[in-house]
Amino acid sequence: MAKKFLSGNEAFAEGIRLTKPQVISAYPITPQTIVVERLSEMVEDGSLKAEFIHVESEHSALSCAMGASAVGARAFTATSSQGLLYMAECLTYASGGRFPIVMMNANRSTALPWNIYGDQRDSISLLDSGWIQAYAENAQESLDLALMSYYIAEDKRVSTPFMANLDGFVLTHTYEVVDVPNKIQADKFLPTFKTENKLDLNNPKNLAFSAGPAQNTAFKYKEHIGLLHAREVIGEAEEKFAKIFGREYSGLTEEYKTDDADYIIITLGSIAGLVREAVDKLRIDGKNVGLLRIRYLRPFPNEEIAKTLKNAKAVAVLEKDISFGNEGTVYTNVNSALKKQSINIPTANYIGGLGGKNISESEIEGIFNDIENGKTGVKFLGIGGER
Amino acid sequence: MKPYLRDKIPQSLSEIPDAPSYEAGYLVTKNAGWRNVRPVINLDKCVGCLQCYLYCPDGVIFKENGKVGIDYNFCKGCGICRKICKTGAIEMEAEK
Amino acid sequence: MALNAKSLNEEEYFYGHKACAGCGGSLAVRIALKVLGEKAVAVLPAGCMSAVGFNFPQLCFSNNAIISTFAGTASMLTGIEAGLRAQGITDFHAVGFAGDGGTADIGLQALSGAIDRNDNILYICYDNEAYMNTGIQKSSLTPFGAKTTTTPAGKNIHGNLRPKKNMFEIVAAHDIPYAATASVGYMNDFMNKLEKASRIQGTKYIHVIAPCPTGWGVETDSTVEIAKEVVDCGLWYLAEYENGGYTLNYKPKEFTDVREYLQKQGRFRHLSDNYIEIIKDSRDKKWEKINQNWRIK
Repeated sequence: MAKKFLSGNEAFAEGIRLTKPQVISAYPITPQTIVVERLSEMVEDGSLKAEFIHVESEHSALSCAMGASAVGARAFTATSSQGLLYMAECLTYASGGRFPIVMMNANRSTALPWNIYGDQRDSISLLDSGWIQAYAENAQESLDLALMSYYIAEDKRVSTPFMANLDGFVLTHTYEVVDVPNKIQADKFLPTFKTENKLDLNNPKNLAFSAGPAQNTAFKYKEHIGLLHAREVIGEAEEKFAKIFGREYSGLTEEYKTDDADYIIITLGSIAGLVREAVDKLRIDGKNVGLLRIRYLRPFPNEEIAKTLKNAKAVAVLEKDISFGNEGTVYTNVNSALKKQSINIPTANYIGGLGGKNISESEIEGIFNDIENGKTGVKFLGIGGER
Repeated sequence: MKPYLRDKIPQSLSEIPDAPSYEAGYLVTKNAGWRNVRPVINLDKCVGCLQCYLYCPDGVIFKENGKVGIDYNFCKGCGICRKICKTGAIEMEAEK
Repeated sequence: MALNAKSLNEEEYFYGHKACAGCGGSLAVRIALKVLGEKAVAVLPAGCMSAVGFNFPQLCFSNNAIISTFAGTASMLTGIEAGLRAQGITDFHAVGFAGDGGTADIGLQALSGAIDRNDNILYICYDNEAYMNTGIQKSSLTPFGAKTTTTPAGKNIHGNLRPKKNMFEIVAAHDIPYAATASVGYMNDFMNKLEKASRIQGTKYIHVIAPCPTGWGVETDSTVEIAKEVVDCGLWYLAEYENGGYTLNYKPKEFTDVREYLQKQGRFRHLSDNYIEIIKDSRDKKWEKINQNWRIK
């Protein structure tokens, strides 16, 4: 284990080096570029023995990764925003094909208007594409997610591609001291990739075929079950990870002072750090507030959310996306989780951070104040007085 | 090995694979029903030049005893073989 | 020894498929796989050949084969080649079979990328000159004058107004190690080009004319005949590009009648004399360039 001063992108690249992908195919897009630049340097200096493919588009990046995965090779790609949208066809293809590819997505706003800064509309708009979706809070978690990603995706019960999301700039470009595990530890943690779902010269297969109405539902059902299985495998991965690396994670969600909290903010990604600070501050003022950070949007933590919120008086979902014409997608999912467990507490939705708009600590305190005063509904942060 | 007909049609949830990935060359249906004419080889005229075999889009004509035979399970009756045959050894006959 | 009907691998790898009777595309795929053999790892994008060959549980390739996204033939080939090589496996042929639309339209970017990287793959475009799988819509390889369902021959517009995109020379302009044109009407030429391509390192491209009786408006037994005739009348040519130069493999002593070639086909039957003259003129201009600049075998 070595301490290094790394940005989120660099930490992720360090994690990926330890997983030893055999094929890396990527196309540059801000703010993802650093991760693929570092990986190309690692390939160049020989510390990572991978085929680095300079594809001519994001669509080809994921198509190439699928080809590699379809012959049993471990494949990695990374993208962001418009790039993620451009490869959208390949996202459902990879999950339907059950190819356990790992992709880092640097969360960034989607055009129009053009904007290179962070929000989560890119990945959340593709929540239904059948990928595991994880959201890191800091650089250390980014590296650790990279290490755990293949463990989870490649497990036979799961066989589902993995998207690790890092908030653009705020996380991808911010430097922190990060523990970088050594190769021996990493090899002890991560098994080599073995699959029967591959083109095999000794046992020829036909892959990625058509299935008509008679069998189609069965394939889709199995895909769904595979993604649901990720829940238990994430738990297993984190248990083994803690044993080897000494860092503990808490599954699909992370609670902060929620045990006795009356008012809880649910959020995801790097903004959780600021919410945690606001919670600490308000706790000093005697407010019973807490934070529930969603670490995985898929599989969705229905049970965890219901369990954490069952004694709360109100909840706010703070998210960097909007499903136009409705509300924030995370909010929709949270309400569904509560409804299923008959938890009838007031809920409110705060849409913030779009196009990299700063969310301030006082705005977070304002959210806690709002829900304490019974406010519900959908509100946009950062548009002035009428918020 | 040529793709060939199998007895088992995977149908139930447990028979359907987890991924769209399956044994190569797995056939469960024939193409014979597509045909309203069938090529018939006159072996007296066939000189074994194999042009019909070469140009068959379905690959249903095979070498046999220095001449050719036809797999009627998969012949669609397109008639390319009749036209390509220089000795007039193939006639198309109506399917009954 | 040159490949011919007698020396060709007897094994069949593409069998029991649901292509229309007399399908030229399936003939091209069948023959290519016979030449490449069981070590072929085939990629077929969404299109006719994947639609007719991969309907679970009717799976018609006995070699390894996979459907790619429509635009992703070349990029998936790249991944397959890199993935196998990364595992120390080198005894295989990564081969793609895409139609004219999958190659010259939606798949052109990925193909260009693969050639640019000089990935060790063989890309075969089976050209039936329109989007046949979706019901005969115009592609950029549909020839001038052809009637398709999106270029109807009416009172005002008489079919497709644009000439066929020159894919062979677009590919060659990348300075690809090997590119060739072929026709399923000249099978020995096609087979030997395949065999040659299989021995060359780097990216290889073969563009094979593969008539579609349904889309062209000819009888199902006429596929091979019409594929031969398009070469004989000079509207297509058998050529190669390697080591920076073009070679014409076959020069007809005298062209057969273009009018006859066109009028045999439903898709051209509406063409008036002046359109036929335009087609003849553009053929003659092309051959002028070929005769001047290409090596003639």
